[in-house]
Amino acid sequence: MISLNYYAIYSLWLREMIRFFRLKSRVFGSLAPPFFFLAFLGFGFRSAAISEIPEGVDYISFLAPGIIGMTLLFSSTFGGLSMLWDREFGFLREIMVAPVSRLSIVIGRTAGGVTTAVMQGLIILVPGVAMGLEITGLPGFLLALVFMVLIATTFNSLGLAFASRMKDMSGFSLIMNFMVFPLFLLSGALFPISNLPPWLRTLSYLDPLTYGVDGLRGSLVGASSFPPALDLAILAACCAGALGLGAYLFERSDVE
Amino acid sequence: MDGPAIAASGLSMRFNGFLAVDGVDLRIEKGELFGLLGPNGAGKSTIIKMLTTMLRPSAGSAAVWGYDVTRERDAVRSSIGVVFQDPSVDSQLSGRENLDFHGRMYGMDRKTRAERIAEVLELVDLTEKADVLMEDYSGGMQRRLEIARGLMHHPSVLFLDEPTLGLDAQTRRYIWRYIRRMNGDEGVTVVLTTHYMEEADHLCERVAIIDQGRIVALDSPERLKDLIGADIVTLEVEDGVGDEAVRALSDLEGVEAVDRAGSTLQLRVDRSEARIPEIVLSSSRAGLFIRSVSMHEPTLEDVFLKFTGKKIRETESAGAGRMAAVQSRMRTRRH
Repeated sequence: MISLNYYAIYSLWLREMIRFFRLKSRVFGSLAPPFFFLAFLGFGFRSAAISEIPEGVDYISFLAPGIIGMTLLFSSTFGGLSMLWDREFGFLREIMVAPVSRLSIVIGRTAGGVTTAVMQGLIILVPGVAMGLEITGLPGFLLALVFMVLIATTFNSLGLAFASRMKDMSGFSLIMNFMVFPLFLLSGALFPISNLPPWLRTLSYLDPLTYGVDGLRGSLVGASSFPPALDLAILAACCAGALGLGAYLFERSDVE
Repeated sequence: MDGPAIAASGLSMRFNGFLAVDGVDLRIEKGELFGLLGPNGAGKSTIIKMLTTMLRPSAGSAAVWGYDVTRERDAVRSSIGVVFQDPSVDSQLSGRENLDFHGRMYGMDRKTRAERIAEVLELVDLTEKADVLMEDYSGGMQRRLEIARGLMHHPSVLFLDEPTLGLDAQTRRYIWRYIRRMNGDEGVTVVLTTHYMEEADHLCERVAIIDQGRIVALDSPERLKDLIGADIVTLEVEDGVGDEAVRALSDLEGVEAVDRAGSTLQLRVDRSEARIPEIVLSSSRAGLFIRSVSMHEPTLEDVFLKFTGKKIRETESAGAGRMAAVQSRMRTRRH
């Protein structure tokens, strides 16, 4: 029987919110890289001719959805991995000794991590628009929001899955550098993946963020490589898989 | 609920072949202030972890407030409060926010939480510091908040694992006062672990002395000390102590026992103040060169010595080292 403790879920979500608004310097710090990528690549390649970019779409409009995807990828993976900090500083014990099902804990944590990640994605949208990104309209924006939630949930869950398998923080930078960075570069956030050699393109097709970025581009700018429905279906499947994996591994993890 | 607050039988925990807890039988009544006393690595924390559902026993069984710790974990968790040995607060939240978080995790509604937060903060004298971030709390304040948090949801049993570890003497006395107060005023059954003799002595109604995963003695501090009966006379001597000297001292009138540890002799002596001259004289005759003589009334340390043949402080380093080695092995295994 699955039991959910709604007060507990809300409590875990609220904790993430309080921490997000309290640790402003950390939020600014984590928004700096995507902002610089957006500003420098955006201005730097503004007038460069990049092949395979859809007709009528300038580079900034192509880039901005990619950078939003990047922001979501990094902040949500970090959010999932933050369980390592809770374990290190003992707070995990306080959570685990409460009469609350582990599924509720996963849902609460994930909801909190996803909310903060999506807020950061929306913050990055602002300089994007300022630099010339034109959003197609309200339906497009709302669809983009759905994509953001799916991207954030996918990678938050993957972060949680990794954190459940790690006993200390030594693997943290390994994951950030050898998993998250390649996922970002393969996703086509900075350039069309059709420019990649076929073997590398295959890896791109295996990257859930590829469909997330493409979906964001489709919904915000109206130009995508795949049909938006396909993006949505593949990403939703990845999201469900990651969520299941994260919950399963967390369920089986040790507190001590 | 009828029956005892805690009942354990044959409770055991094995880590990679090392028996950390070895067939512990325990019965703690409702409303008791109960202590588990022993050196680091004796298995106290492991017992607490099993009783609080954080570890599954490898053998035996235990019930807390009538609920089985392996089969009815959620019911056990709802009935207990736990103050862990290591800090377990969110340092980015204020004291009040930590308590609020806790209350919600235990399903308390807003009004109940607000009332209870005020009560428990009052109990540990932290009302003024409620809205300060935990990272700005001192170690002692943090520990007090954790005690308040353990009580927040009206647990039937409160577990405190080394509640005064690393705190200064004054803070320690405050914490004792809070623990007594909540045991008295709130009627909470309290189970604490400690390796401080005086803590178990001053605070607990009954004490179980633990060594190498077993309970070696269990009674009220007074009755445990009565087991020793006589005073303790300690002789520090130069060089080693021969068997003859031990025999000579044992034969003296009023000397009940002689324990030898390196260049220290401990004698259990009835009416020691009248017999010290005789003891000193006999020692000299037996060829001992005495550096110092001291005497004291029995303490739990002496009880520990009587039952295990060693002092708690001496056992400490060896036990802790062994435990650390086991834990690091476990860590490696999980990778």
